[in-house]
Amino acid sequence: GCFVFKPSPKKRRVSQKTVNHFGERKDDSEDTELRYVTCQSLWNEIKLETEQIQEDLNKQLFDNLVSFLRRSHSEFQEKTTEWTCQMKSREIPTAALVLGVNVTDHDLTFRSLSEVLQNNITPYIALLEAKDCPGIKNLMQKLMGQLMNCYIDVDSLEDEDYVQVSQNRIRCSMSSLINWYESVTKKTDSETPRKRRSSSSRHWQSPPVVVILKDMESFTTKVLQDFIVISSQHIREFPLVLIFGIATSPMIIHSLLPHSVSSLLCIELFQSLSSKEHLSTIIDKLLLTARFPFKLGEKVLQVLINIFLYHDFSVQNFIKGFQLCIVEHFYSQPLSILCCQLVDAKKRVNSLSHNQCENIRRLPSFRRYVESQASEKQIALLTTDSYLKEIIQKLLEDLQVYHENYVLVLRCLHVFTSSLPKYPLGKQIRELHCACLENQVWETEEYESSLQLARMLNKSDLVTVLQQCVEIFVSSSGKEFDKTIEKLKEFLTQFQKLEDAFQERDVSVSSQKELQKKTDLYHLQKTLLELKESRRSKKLTKFEMLRFEVVDYIDSLVRNYLVPADRKTLHEIVYFNTASVLREHLNAAPRIALHTALNNPYWYLKNQALKSDGGSISNKAPDICIVYKLHLECGRLINLVDWLEAFSTVVMAVEGPNADAASSDQVDDVIHARFIRAVSELELLGFIKPSKQKTDHVARLTWGGC
Amino acid sequence: MPNLEHPAYPSATLLQLESLVPCRESQVSMLLSIFGERQQFSFPSIFIYGHTSSGKTYVMQTLLNTLQLPHVFVNCVEHFTSRLLLEEILIQLQSCSSETEQISHVPCDNFNDFVRLFKQAVASQELEDQTLYIVLDRAEQLREMEANILPAFLRLQELSDRNVTVVLLSEIVWELFRPNTGCFEPFTVYFPDYSIGHLQKILSQNHPPEYSADFYAAYINILLGVFYMVCRDLKELQHLAALNFSKYCEPVVSGEANERDTRKLWKNIEPHLKKAMQTVYLREISSSQWERLQREDGEPGQLKGLSAHTHVELPYYSKFLLIAAYLASYNPVRTDKRFFLKHHGKIRKTNFMKKHEKTSNHLLGPKPFPLDRLLAILYSIVDNRVAPTANIFSQITSLVTLQLLTMVGHNDQLDGPRYKCTVSLDFIRAIAR
Repeated sequence: GCFVFKPSPKKRRVSQKTVNHFGERKDDSEDTELRYVTCQSLWNEIKLETEQIQEDLNKQLFDNLVSFLRRSHSEFQEKTTEWTCQMKSREIPTAALVLGVNVTDHDLTFRSLSEVLQNNITPYIALLEAKDCPGIKNLMQKLMGQLMNCYIDVDSLEDEDYVQVSQNRIRCSMSSLINWYESVTKKTDSETPRKRRSSSSRHWQSPPVVVILKDMESFTTKVLQDFIVISSQHIREFPLVLIFGIATSPMIIHSLLPHSVSSLLCIELFQSLSSKEHLSTIIDKLLLTARFPFKLGEKVLQVLINIFLYHDFSVQNFIKGFQLCIVEHFYSQPLSILCCQLVDAKKRVNSLSHNQCENIRRLPSFRRYVESQASEKQIALLTTDSYLKEIIQKLLEDLQVYHENYVLVLRCLHVFTSSLPKYPLGKQIRELHCACLENQVWETEEYESSLQLARMLNKSDLVTVLQQCVEIFVSSSGKEFDKTIEKLKEFLTQFQKLEDAFQERDVSVSSQKELQKKTDLYHLQKTLLELKESRRSKKLTKFEMLRFEVVDYIDSLVRNYLVPADRKTLHEIVYFNTASVLREHLNAAPRIALHTALNNPYWYLKNQALKSDGGSISNKAPDICIVYKLHLECGRLINLVDWLEAFSTVVMAVEGPNADAASSDQVDDVIHARFIRAVSELELLGFIKPSKQKTDHVARLTWGGC
Repeated sequence: MPNLEHPAYPSATLLQLESLVPCRESQVSMLLSIFGERQQFSFPSIFIYGHTSSGKTYVMQTLLNTLQLPHVFVNCVEHFTSRLLLEEILIQLQSCSSETEQISHVPCDNFNDFVRLFKQAVASQELEDQTLYIVLDRAEQLREMEANILPAFLRLQELSDRNVTVVLLSEIVWELFRPNTGCFEPFTVYFPDYSIGHLQKILSQNHPPEYSADFYAAYINILLGVFYMVCRDLKELQHLAALNFSKYCEPVVSGEANERDTRKLWKNIEPHLKKAMQTVYLREISSSQWERLQREDGEPGQLKGLSAHTHVELPYYSKFLLIAAYLASYNPVRTDKRFFLKHHGKIRKTNFMKKHEKTSNHLLGPKPFPLDRLLAILYSIVDNRVAPTANIFSQITSLVTLQLLTMVGHNDQLDGPRYKCTVSLDFIRAIAR
């Protein structure tokens, strides 16, 4: 499920007052306003970026599709007289578009696809969904509705008479569709006003009609077959192109359509980029950049990535989750006003209120910073607001620089680790990023083993890795890494120099081998052992020395720049780290929530009387809770009479002994009614159902809890 | 070869007709004798059946067109409701003779209206002195419309009291049409399949203008030799012939062989056709892709067919859900305890069980299982703890929409939904890897 979270400014202010943040009773509305505005502008920026990324990633696919569509009917338009064209049966050009199982993302893809097609190929596009088309009749209705409307959209002024024909009165059949198509294309042929010129240059004489079936899998076989058979009969008058949106594998076409029908199609396959790659790009462009001030903490990122990998593969959901993080961060962290571009942040620091300064002093990372300072400075920091502001500006600048460097070195390290066998630090850069955020990466075992592996890299690999690193550093604009680049280049030249030395050594080794050949087995063994001994004691070759140097250098870079973010002062301002909130919102657990509500009503109702300690059943709880708790103690089949008796005992317990005596054998009517209502409520919730196995029994539909 | 003869029609037209419908002379002459002369009443309804592409539609169309008999030709698949069908017949009737007249749209909801309007239409068009033919193609669709449609069409002559004959074309036998309540029995005509000789003759008829008929006939002979075993569909064969002909001509065009060099040409084309049988014929790759390959002289191996892309990438838990569903579908319930519990009881009567299980499982197909069993198996096969979040439940639903699972019985969701796993063992193996 997707989770849409849209804050409205009014609502926010109201809720702001009710929630008390960080012991802050009096709420400064100035800052909430500012926070809201900052949040909005940041989100808009990010949204634009994601859309851009999406567009870029789909470009290749769409280009292919567009050229396919151009090809599809033009062939027949050009050479209708040729022999082969006459002999060949005309198939319906069909694009099988494999989009992957992330169904939630498809909508966006189709929307942009139809936009692209509208601009390049044809104004006549219909998007069909399986749930709208249970029968061929509904399909035709939907199709005609969409096609004829789209025509009206294109030029609403010119043909008012067309608008007046209501949809009901048009016979929904292929022939009327063909008539419509003829009239539309003829009109564009005969009258050529200036306005049309521009559009006819884009669309040619008789543009194809594109029908997109969004979810091929869900269509019923019969509807699809009928539709294809009908339209293949009219393909000459009605240039149809089908696009099948396929989530699983193209095999579904063959399993849905018999050969007699699929032989009417001319199917070409198109595959979209896998959503995993899409996610990598998104993470690369949104998180691993210093462009956006907002950052995700390790746990939060892990939650989002886990939802993606474990549950839905949906990039849209990932972005929605990211959006939720932004909103939540700006909502819960008063200092988030400083989470903006550095220039603005500096200005904002100057106008911070005293309360906000206090908030900063309360930040754990800032306290750590204060403690590390000299005592006079400590006092100044804790008492003088103006001095504090000055320091904050400097710290924010540091943080920005840290981020810039972090990203570069992280990429560099990724180049290294991704060339190692078995990927001890993960194949993807996001895994490495998580590892670096979590704690000091150089203290982990994986890092140790990857360094060891790096020390065994062969020369060509090492050189390419170094070259890539140089490219990464060069691409950055800052001058921070000028020295690093020089150093790396120096390594590269040294490797170059080694070339000659290698060749010389090769000769000597081969001569050694010649000698060995002539000895017998025993001697061979002996010489080998000796060789091994000598090698162990032998001092390292030049290449090995150099390799060690390179690895050590990279190690030093990592230690310098990949310090985990939570060691940095003021990281709370830009990092969102409350994973529990996110998990609560995104990983809804309906069963658990239901169980908690019924088992422990205090959790939701917050009524002191309901506060109970563990197992006992309080009679003040709502009836349904009592019934629920009692039913937990039963097996698969529940005897209604016993249940009622137990219920009345619990309820009567409070009424005291005098009531008890009166109704010892006869249950009160009111209690009976309450019981029946509670039981039917449980049935509605799906915990029990009436059973035919035994009279006066109901069956439990859940297990466990006994 | 029986020549078509009929006193009512000029022999020139008959000769032309004969050339247009090769290998169907006996059927045509039978139809002609049933039709009789133009003004004579014919049999009220004729039922023509035969396998796919045995020329039913084509023969009827050419027959009616060449002899210029007044007729209406309707495809029942295209006009999927009785209303559409009846209106289409009326519209075609209107345009049948009076083309200049404006075609007005008349609503026609039921057969009663149809008969009334039909009488009017026929009266207004001076069709009374000729037999009108109404041809219903793919008539098997009529069975799915209202119950009265089929019997009424069969005795339309009697109901309307006009000179009309209804011809039904279908791929299935009349016995499957006959309604329980009984109806007028139509005259049935069977169109047998074309034999290989017939196919050869028909396919060779349309040779390309640049090449001689003999050359093309030799090509068709080779083509049939390869494809006759798998495909007898005339249309499909014609399509394949057109697709591969350019390849066949290649040696001739380049001058390596002349048109008589059959053996050389055969050697050139035969492996090519075999490849076509595995790819284009099965629609693994499309015909336009095939043509492009031919032009560029590439190997079809470069282009992967549709069935090469069988792998489906699924999220982590979806994989486990699918595996759990598969286990639940193919394992009997009583073995669950044995497989998924750590401390199961002793396995008794092992021999008996084994003997019993040999026959079951994969041969019997998937069995439905309740949601709870699926979740229980899921919890036991996933290593770490799985919280039953909404995400898991929505994944089950999305697996259903992807047709990897199907829901059995569309009753109340609350009442313990039951599912079936529809994927194959190979698919599960690929996922479990």
